[in-house]
Amino acid sequence: MSEPTATCEKKDTVPGRSFRIRIEKRLETPAWWNAVTPVISIALALLFGAIFLKLTGYSPITVYKIMFKDTFGTRYGITETLVKASPLLLSAVGVSMAFRMQLWNIGGEGQIYMGALAASWVALTFTGLPKYIMVPAMMIAAAAAGGIWAFLGSAPRAIWGVNEILTTLMLNYVAIFWVEYFVYGPWRDPTAFLFPLSPVFPKAAWLPTFGNTRIHWGLIFGIIAALGVGLLLSRTKWGYEIRVIGENPSAARYSGMNISRNIILVMLLSGAISGIAGMCEVSGIIHRLQAQVSTGYGYTAIIIAFLAKLHPIGIIIVSLLFGGLLVAGYSVQIYGIPADIATMLQGSLLFFVLGVEALAQYRIRVIRN
Amino acid sequence: MPQEDGNIVEMHGITKRFPGVLANENVTFCVRSGEIHALLGENGAGKSTLMNILSGLYKPDEGEIFVKGKRIQIGSPRHAIEAGIGMVHQHFRLVENFSVAENITLGMSTPRFLLDMAAIEDEVLALSKEYGLQLDPKAQIWQLSVGEQQRVEIVKMLYRRADVLILDEPTAVLTPQETRELFATLERMKETGRSIIFITHKLEEVMQVADRVTVLRAGRVAATADKTDVTSRQLASLMVGKEYSPTLPGKTALETAPVLTLSDVTAYGDRGTVALDGVSLEVKAGEILGIAGVAGNGQRELTEVITGLRKTTSGTISLLGQDITNRTPLEVINSGVSFVPEDRYGTGMAPNLSLVDNVILKSYRTRIMCKGPFINYDAARRQTQGLVEQFQVKCAGIYSRARLLSGGNAQKLLLGREISSDPKLLIAAYPTRGLDIGAAEAIRSILINQRNQGIAILLISEDLEELMRLSDRIAIMYEGKIMGTLDRDEWDIERIGLLMAGVRDVQHEEALT
Repeated sequence: MSEPTATCEKKDTVPGRSFRIRIEKRLETPAWWNAVTPVISIALALLFGAIFLKLTGYSPITVYKIMFKDTFGTRYGITETLVKASPLLLSAVGVSMAFRMQLWNIGGEGQIYMGALAASWVALTFTGLPKYIMVPAMMIAAAAAGGIWAFLGSAPRAIWGVNEILTTLMLNYVAIFWVEYFVYGPWRDPTAFLFPLSPVFPKAAWLPTFGNTRIHWGLIFGIIAALGVGLLLSRTKWGYEIRVIGENPSAARYSGMNISRNIILVMLLSGAISGIAGMCEVSGIIHRLQAQVSTGYGYTAIIIAFLAKLHPIGIIIVSLLFGGLLVAGYSVQIYGIPADIATMLQGSLLFFVLGVEALAQYRIRVIRN
Repeated sequence: MPQEDGNIVEMHGITKRFPGVLANENVTFCVRSGEIHALLGENGAGKSTLMNILSGLYKPDEGEIFVKGKRIQIGSPRHAIEAGIGMVHQHFRLVENFSVAENITLGMSTPRFLLDMAAIEDEVLALSKEYGLQLDPKAQIWQLSVGEQQRVEIVKMLYRRADVLILDEPTAVLTPQETRELFATLERMKETGRSIIFITHKLEEVMQVADRVTVLRAGRVAATADKTDVTSRQLASLMVGKEYSPTLPGKTALETAPVLTLSDVTAYGDRGTVALDGVSLEVKAGEILGIAGVAGNGQRELTEVITGLRKTTSGTISLLGQDITNRTPLEVINSGVSFVPEDRYGTGMAPNLSLVDNVILKSYRTRIMCKGPFINYDAARRQTQGLVEQFQVKCAGIYSRARLLSGGNAQKLLLGREISSDPKLLIAAYPTRGLDIGAAEAIRSILINQRNQGIAILLISEDLEELMRLSDRIAIMYEGKIMGTLDRDEWDIERIGLLMAGVRDVQHEEALT
């Protein structure tokens, strides 16, 4: 902001000591702040969580030790963290792309569900396909479905200026209902004792895994997506347009860029990446469609994208951290500690990042008279 | 300081500096009780600054203020209103979802706890009747027209017992009918002994309503006079200053077909009112056509219809004989039109991106700047480095963010970028606005240079001296119309000043008939 500094003065009323404390807006936030803020935020979130744990009668140190050991300290923990990080990474890359253009795609969750649905349709319909055709076909279907779902949310924005936050958010519920319709209805597995599950996919529709772990190719797709989007944004003509439109739509219009077309294209790609995240969940982990494909990955992805400041490498790191938090949530349950501690840490992390970021824009000055 | 009888407000030796700008310099300004005093000057002459000082928004760096014979410090708008001074700003300060009466009482320290809205509404109604300012105290602000909102602002000041009322360009937002009503109200307020300070740049309004007039030019008082002692011609030349000696080399415009032709172009502004009303003009290769006029008379819309950023409703625009009416901005750019927009950071650049990213804003699609779908950042870096050296742009490196550039350096880079595409037509809107003298001169010499190389230039400016130095011809805009187009041997500052203020050019029309 180049506008004059906003000031808020507090006069000290103690006589004989004359100084004022003034809070001013910084003109330019120093670069080192960008590196320091995440560290401070994580520390504060852990501290905040510790207070809660202490108050509810648990030892914060013990709990944090368990959480850390069971996520990053054992082979099983590490693999599970990577498994959980995969859909988060893909979906976070997806939404971050839209956020770069100041398009608030809150529909990652719905795009994951639609991707899962379309991939399942391919797997359950064309059962005889060999793996090398089946997996790409499922990916294409999932990307198309996720893309179309994002397009439905963004077309009203591109044409009439309708707020895309509302449209993409509402479409999430529609997508979840579609999946429920199929698993409770046409696709219900007759052998699954009335559980809302589709039949198991043929083996050809299972994503390859690494060794005997549950880590599947979705992780590789996520890393490729993150690096690809990074390259797209920083090096290509299209990425340049996205950056300019996101920074200053008037300048984009002035230089002849087509903003409406870019809104639709960016949302298509953003949705397609989340759609592939949905495909990876059904094809890599569950191997069938079920009513609950995602436990809010599409929403967590939004937090990840913001914490990483939309930076591709940052998204990879934060996704791993959040994958770990999910695993930690499950692991502490064994010790009778509510899994919600992990959710609470996630929430407080976002809270403290936003808080510290806001504070970083100000500085405190003491003025002596 | 000498106190003159009958003066309700005296401002002596007022000086106010902003970073890089001297807004007011040693200004002395006095208002008598019961007069309408016009404060006349071009945009940027320091009128609003002076009045913002009087109404407590700014503190002067030097000078003293006396109200009713007493020296006072006006630290805030509240002090001003306690001293009986109220200002109606150009941009109203009203809460849309509150009623008229609520807005009027808002911010007052009395009554302290309970609001008797009925009593306040009665008082508001009585005041509005007394001064002929029709208002429904219960109406909510968003339901009101702009003219009605202005009445709310005026009643707000009357309700606060202001003896001195400052109106900042009050007629800018009014219809002619509403303007007449406002003037009648001002007369009535004058009869009750109040003083009115009326900020304007329209000469006819001064002649119509003011008793006395103070002319500001470049932050200094050019003159203070009784209206009866001056003519609008004298005021016009006081307002715009002395005539400059031309520095443009002889006319080079070849007698060829024009590069840009507008015929009878009409377009709406953002508010849906007619912003361009049958505009016709031509710019030839190797000439600068200056557009003179007070900002807001259709200049912005003129640049936008040519560059494809705004749709016309009728008329045609052509470039070198090719119709470009209502083409997309990209098509207009590709046909050879470069544009330096008036809002250089808001439209001409992406301030948070680097200099390199800003330099390729228009050329990133061209063959030299890309390799397939990728941008050739080597070429982009070379181009940026070239422009930075050629136009002496001072920067913290070509990868630093564009918003860190000073106004002059940003403008040099922007103009350099626009020129580097070898345009047929260059549109420059207020290219030197807000720049210091050195940077402004650099920009001007680039423009002259381009003209001499045969580029057609449309130059929009508020600075008449600048226009008269640079232009081969000057067209004057007023309320969306071209009031006249004058050649170098036809113009003088008074004539342009009168046309700018909307006074018909009798001489010119006589010559035509």
